[in-house]
Amino acid sequence: MIPLSQEGLADWAGPILSGAVTTLQIAFAAYAIGLALGLVGAAARLSPWAPVRALATAYSTAVRAVPELLLIILLYYAGSQALTGLINALGLPGQVEISGFVTAVGVLAFVQGAYMTEVFRGAILAIPKGQLEAADAYGFSPLARFRYITLPAMMPNALPGMSNLWLILIKDTALISVIGFSELFFTIQQAAASTRAYFLFYAAAGVLYLLMTLTSSALFARLERYVRRGQPIVSTQEA
Amino acid sequence: MDFSWLSDPFYQEYLLEGLINTLWLLLVSAVFGFTLAVAMALVRIKGPRPLAWLAQGITVVMRGTPLLVQLFFFYYGVGRLLEGVPGIKESMFWGILRDPFFYATLTFTLSVGAYTGEVLRGALLSVPPGEREAGRAFGLSGFQVFTRLWLPRAIQLCLPTLTGELILLLKSVPLVSTIAMMDLLQAANIIRDETFLTYEPLIMIAGLYLLLTVILTAGLRQVELNFPGMQPQRRTGGFFRKAANSVQH
Repeated sequence: MIPLSQEGLADWAGPILSGAVTTLQIAFAAYAIGLALGLVGAAARLSPWAPVRALATAYSTAVRAVPELLLIILLYYAGSQALTGLINALGLPGQVEISGFVTAVGVLAFVQGAYMTEVFRGAILAIPKGQLEAADAYGFSPLARFRYITLPAMMPNALPGMSNLWLILIKDTALISVIGFSELFFTIQQAAASTRAYFLFYAAAGVLYLLMTLTSSALFARLERYVRRGQPIVSTQEA
Repeated sequence: MDFSWLSDPFYQEYLLEGLINTLWLLLVSAVFGFTLAVAMALVRIKGPRPLAWLAQGITVVMRGTPLLVQLFFFYYGVGRLLEGVPGIKESMFWGILRDPFFYATLTFTLSVGAYTGEVLRGALLSVPPGEREAGRAFGLSGFQVFTRLWLPRAIQLCLPTLTGELILLLKSVPLVSTIAMMDLLQAANIIRDETFLTYEPLIMIAGLYLLLTVILTAGLRQVELNFPGMQPQRRTGGFFRKAANSVQH
């Protein structure tokens, strides 16, 4: 038998690094959209209209009760078909092909949005009511009230949850490999299968993800100090 | 939407096997994982330095990397290495070491140990030291103080978080379909391959998971309400109203 090629970590470093970049791009895009979805979702959950509230509650409850992997597979297959159906219903012929990147971002953002909805809802509810009433009393428009009162007041409450969700998101990007899109973990799987150095490459994957999550944790800790500026220090023991 | 395959006894058998494996894996990993979590939390508070560092290292790595990567690492990485150990295929352990269930349990146990250990550590530290001192003053041994006083009080403090971790564990189970274990998702994938139906089996499984989550949440809510020492006013209220509330948390 001819021995298999003797490729090693060095031969795969390039593809793996570009996979890592793709993973970060997916994560950033999904996080940004997830934040927007979460804000809309939280606003809807706190809305005075019952149907809007029910819709938002159904979204966040159902998505959070179903495993992420299952949702990713389901939405991956359902997403393009649903869009094709929509386009055909509008009288336009043809088939919609969504790129793997867009699908990955869309699916992860959809899941992220449901969790973010709950984080923002809790953070907004924790703002003392008088502060919002004061804004109304001073004649703030709803948008100005959100920008100058709600947003800065809720950030310290929301940030731990947001940081948690970012870490979960980075780890969830690995699930995208299951639908065959070439991000970090998919590249790692190819490398491991090609070189047969399974232990080495999966350990390397672990190190890369660990680097991303540890760096993120450090950055979020700084960000939390920033949004808490001006707040009294509650406990010095944790610092 | 075509759900006619549901009446096929073959597919029913797949689904049942998948369901049983899913619940069995959940139970085994929860029990082992919680035991490991107690050990890791205790070692990190009271243990000798090297052991505390080891526990902290495991915690950082398990919490900082994707569960899917961990599963692949143990099943394909460690599994392949073990395959190369001379004589291991003839040993009595090979049956276990070949089984994806073993690696799934190992990975989930370490993962639960890391996440829950961190929660428990915080809870153990927030039990007022006076309570432990009172236990000692009443003549309990150090071990008794831990098993009868310190640990139960800590569990009481973090019970909602612990039940939340169990729900998260349930939702991690479908990952094992990627290492060829027959869970619900794997059953759905087999049915999809054989019937050429893209969504229906997945939707069915998603519905089943929704149901499992609701049942588990309601059941755990009852455990929380009936846990010794919980405030009596939290016991009031109808069962279904409470269950519905806790899903939204």
